[in-house]
Amino acid sequence: MQQPIIKGRPWTGRKEGAAPEVAEGSEIRRQVSACFRTTAAGQDRVLQPLSDELLLLDSGLDSLCFAIIVAELEDQLGVDPFSDLDDAGFPVTFGEFVGLYEAAAQRGR
Amino acid sequence: MTSLRARLAWATPDPASRVEAPEESLTLCELANASGLGPSAAILAGRNVLVRTERQIGAAQALLELDGLAGRLVLCPPDLAAEHLPHVLGVAEIDAIVTDVAAPSLEALGVPVLVLAAPGAPIPEMATECDSEWLLFTSGTTGLPKLVAHSLAALTGAITPALSVGARPVWASFYDIRRYGGLQVLLRALTGGCALALCDPEEPLPDHLRRLARFGVTHMTGTPSHWRRLLMSGRPDAFRPSYVRLSGEIADQPVLDGLRSLFPHAQIVHAYASTEAGVVFEVDDGREGFPADFLGRSGPIEMKLDDGSLRVRSPRTSTRYVGPDAGPLFDPEGFVDTGDIIEVRDGRCRFAGRRNGVINVGGLKVHPEEVEAVINRHPAVRLSMVRARANPITGAVVTADVALVDPGAVTTAEGVCDLRASILAMCRSALPPHKAPATIRFVPELTMTAGGKLDRSHA
Repeated sequence: MQQPIIKGRPWTGRKEGAAPEVAEGSEIRRQVSACFRTTAAGQDRVLQPLSDELLLLDSGLDSLCFAIIVAELEDQLGVDPFSDLDDAGFPVTFGEFVGLYEAAAQRGR
Repeated sequence: MTSLRARLAWATPDPASRVEAPEESLTLCELANASGLGPSAAILAGRNVLVRTERQIGAAQALLELDGLAGRLVLCPPDLAAEHLPHVLGVAEIDAIVTDVAAPSLEALGVPVLVLAAPGAPIPEMATECDSEWLLFTSGTTGLPKLVAHSLAALTGAITPALSVGARPVWASFYDIRRYGGLQVLLRALTGGCALALCDPEEPLPDHLRRLARFGVTHMTGTPSHWRRLLMSGRPDAFRPSYVRLSGEIADQPVLDGLRSLFPHAQIVHAYASTEAGVVFEVDDGREGFPADFLGRSGPIEMKLDDGSLRVRSPRTSTRYVGPDAGPLFDPEGFVDTGDIIEVRDGRCRFAGRRNGVINVGGLKVHPEEVEAVINRHPAVRLSMVRARANPITGAVVTADVALVDPGAVTTAEGVCDLRASILAMCRSALPPHKAPATIRFVPELTMTAGGKLDRSHA
């Protein structure tokens, strides 16, 4: 498996003394969720309640919103998992979207 | 040159084949054999006619009515602002307007307005068929719209007539047919006697895909951004195209791989085309970019790099820019400069952005200067520089580097956040969503060139 292409500054999601693996995943989830909310608000979109099963198509966001979210997350987390989707393919649900970033952060360290 | 309607008739479409929109449809036979203008069409013979329709199906009907009859036909894209119509009427020397819905605003423009009915009247006899000139709008200009001239022969130059007697393709497109990319699909369908399913921006994607499946669509086109949206929508249910075409922006490897995996049996083609340069080439090897040996090869379509940008000489290019201040379209050797910067590496050419800095957000063009003008109006901003930022969803997004009047005034994270929000709010109220920056970065200063211009060399 190829290493993902890491753009921007290195991932800094993990802080000194932060809780291990599981909580780290939820930190990314928190950031992704926050990013969905701020982007939806900025684009005057009504965001559906976020759950793992939520289809991105039904989230209330359009392609431009997702483009903004991916750019924003690249700045925050230092990774762009879409640049090397590998076998994962494009995410379809919110859970898959979060999973992509969690996996990229794991590999990026 | 045979008119579009004659070519449709010559293709002998099946009686049941239709051009379909969500709420309405017309059969190809109706379009070929009946008129929606009737005897009044006679006044348009040899005239310059503006096609301004509310619906795509109206535009299809109007183009069939007018090609071969009008001296010049001008196809308005759906988002052409009404305030630009007087300018367009002047530049294109318009004698009459054909529309599908009567509107007082059109009647106020001072030229006759003809409203299309459903095709039903006999087609008026034409003394002679003329070679209509087609004027199309270039995408992504700032300020006044810019027009280029085409002929039907150039517009259909990339379409190879079907030789087989097998089932005809059924076409569909994510594009609006009133823009170059969508017009290509319309012309493919009409000249091949093939059914066509039109898109509707109001229709939710799952409904659209179900309609395409029901309609039996085999050949589908769109930008990489359109296709990524489909890839992120989950399973496309019964929609199983055998031919998938991407154009209008750069097709990267993830979208090509995603489509290959979703439609394992489909032919997946990415094409390079623009309103000015016409359809230039197609790539079907499943890899991003195009083979370097396309450059310099002989044949009707010639391509070369000049100062890194792709130039094209081809019978499919437009013939000229139209208007009093229109610059030249061709270089002295007859090549059109596409403005697309190409990098050649390992025998493969890849696109590396636009020379003039134009940003392509999901197929929609953005000029950095128009965004900078808005940002620079903010009282806290001294200067800004807008550039493209690569993005895996829409190909690119707009990003802005902003230098402040008083950089020391904003010191806290909250202050930075508030200022960013305030600049963004200003952009969003003044610009369409795709033109507002996706990200804003505050920088101590922006470099100027010796000539006193913003140094965009690193943009």
